[in-house]
Amino acid sequence: MKRILRLLYRGWLFHLKSLTLSGFFIIVSVISPVIFASIAYLMFRAGARPGSLLFVAIGAGMMGIWSATLFGSGGAIQWQRWQGTLEYCIAAPPAFIWVILPLTMATATIGLYSLTSTLVWGWLFFDVPFELAHPAWFIIALPAAVLALGLLGLVLASTFVLYRNANALSNLLEYPVWLVTGLLTGLALLPGWTRPISWVLAPTWGVKALREAALGGDPAFPVAMSLALGIAYLVIGHYCLLYFEKLARERATLAIA
Amino acid sequence: MSSLRVFFVGGYLAYRALFNWLRPTIYIPTMLGGPVFQILFFAYIGRFAGLRNDEFFVVGNAVQASALAGIFGMAMTIGGERWTQTLSPLLATPANRIALFLGRALPLVVNGVFVSAFGFAVGWALLDFDLSAGELPGIALVVLVSSFACTALGLMTGAVGLRARDVFFLANLVTLLLLLFCGANVPLDSLPGWMQTVAKGLPLTHGIQAARELADGALFSDVSGLVATEAAIGACYAAAAYFLFRFFEADGRRRATLETI
Repeated sequence: MKRILRLLYRGWLFHLKSLTLSGFFIIVSVISPVIFASIAYLMFRAGARPGSLLFVAIGAGMMGIWSATLFGSGGAIQWQRWQGTLEYCIAAPPAFIWVILPLTMATATIGLYSLTSTLVWGWLFFDVPFELAHPAWFIIALPAAVLALGLLGLVLASTFVLYRNANALSNLLEYPVWLVTGLLTGLALLPGWTRPISWVLAPTWGVKALREAALGGDPAFPVAMSLALGIAYLVIGHYCLLYFEKLARERATLAIA
Repeated sequence: MSSLRVFFVGGYLAYRALFNWLRPTIYIPTMLGGPVFQILFFAYIGRFAGLRNDEFFVVGNAVQASALAGIFGMAMTIGGERWTQTLSPLLATPANRIALFLGRALPLVVNGVFVSAFGFAVGWALLDFDLSAGELPGIALVVLVSSFACTALGLMTGAVGLRARDVFFLANLVTLLLLLFCGANVPLDSLPGWMQTVAKGLPLTHGIQAARELADGALFSDVSGLVATEAAIGACYAAAAYFLFRFFEADGRRRATLETI
């Protein structure tokens, strides 16, 4: 157990540092959220709906966490392939899930840059007040949201690998998830059939928890939902990875990019 | 004759070889799926914020969608030569540089128009947006000019890619900044003054404004000034891109850095 925890921690730290040095992830996790937040601040300012810009800042930050997870985790196994390290990762004594999980967690963690940058950007240039209704809940909701997205990343990593062009799939899924999880819009505006989709996606509950902690409300249920979904993602990701590994060994396609 | 061949055949071959998104498995999700969801996303934010009607966002984002092909495509077809290690052989040829350079832009302009048309069609099918048959030719021309202007900005990005280590970082940044500045989602008069000034010098700003006016029933003659400005902005970026390309070519030869990745 201690070895697994050390592996998770070291792997997470290694990937976190590695991703921080990537220009692409700087774009995804810092520049892009700030630009989308600016667009949203300007739209809400010019619009007729009175509302808190903190609502927008949190939503835009969560958009960045989703993008970082989507692009980072979606291509995680493919990257290992391109770098020629996938065979080593699978041949290593620990189960593959413990090797890939720190990477998907690191991609979600790097999304914290997004939330920080949109909050600071909003505070500096758009007078967004940073006053939290339930500061303690905010501190609980944030890691819960990141954990749930990191575990969702595990599902993405283990399923996207079956699709040869994982990056294209990531390009496709960025906006729809921003939309159906209500990161910048009210879920009530969307067609009813999108509701069940939003319930099984971690960003829905993550952003709800953060907003209720920041703006007032009851964040306990969304936090609990984030954690419950996280456990479900872990189980799904585990079986998908086993399936991928079995398939890749049978077909001898482990190293084929 | 040789320059014409370089322009048409060379441009076509470069597009086939270097536009990495040409396969349907990449093209459909990235070039068609992405812009469609972008239109829906902003239309719903617009509804939620009580900003403007769906038409505002469909027109803005469908015209803006032409930027994707122009900017990323040029980053691939010019900057990508470095990655494929074909830049030195290319620059060793005596081919006319203008034909070589602009020939690569033509397929991407056409691509941009196609992506934009798809965005309009999906906006019409899924949102509260309509165009009359009489408005289509004018909007098609505006989209063509906007696509040219964006591709010209993409040419510049690609030219910088002859020197910059990570041309895709730049292409991403340029696309995002266009989305913020060009008035696709935020009415220009709601932008701070300095942003409006910057927006006037960027591709798309005038094109989107012209397309919106046409969609509102204006005559083409009413927006011809905007279209001409959009075309002139595109021409300025194309000229700047050409000079940057020649500068980086000469500088790369002098420093022997053409193939540095």
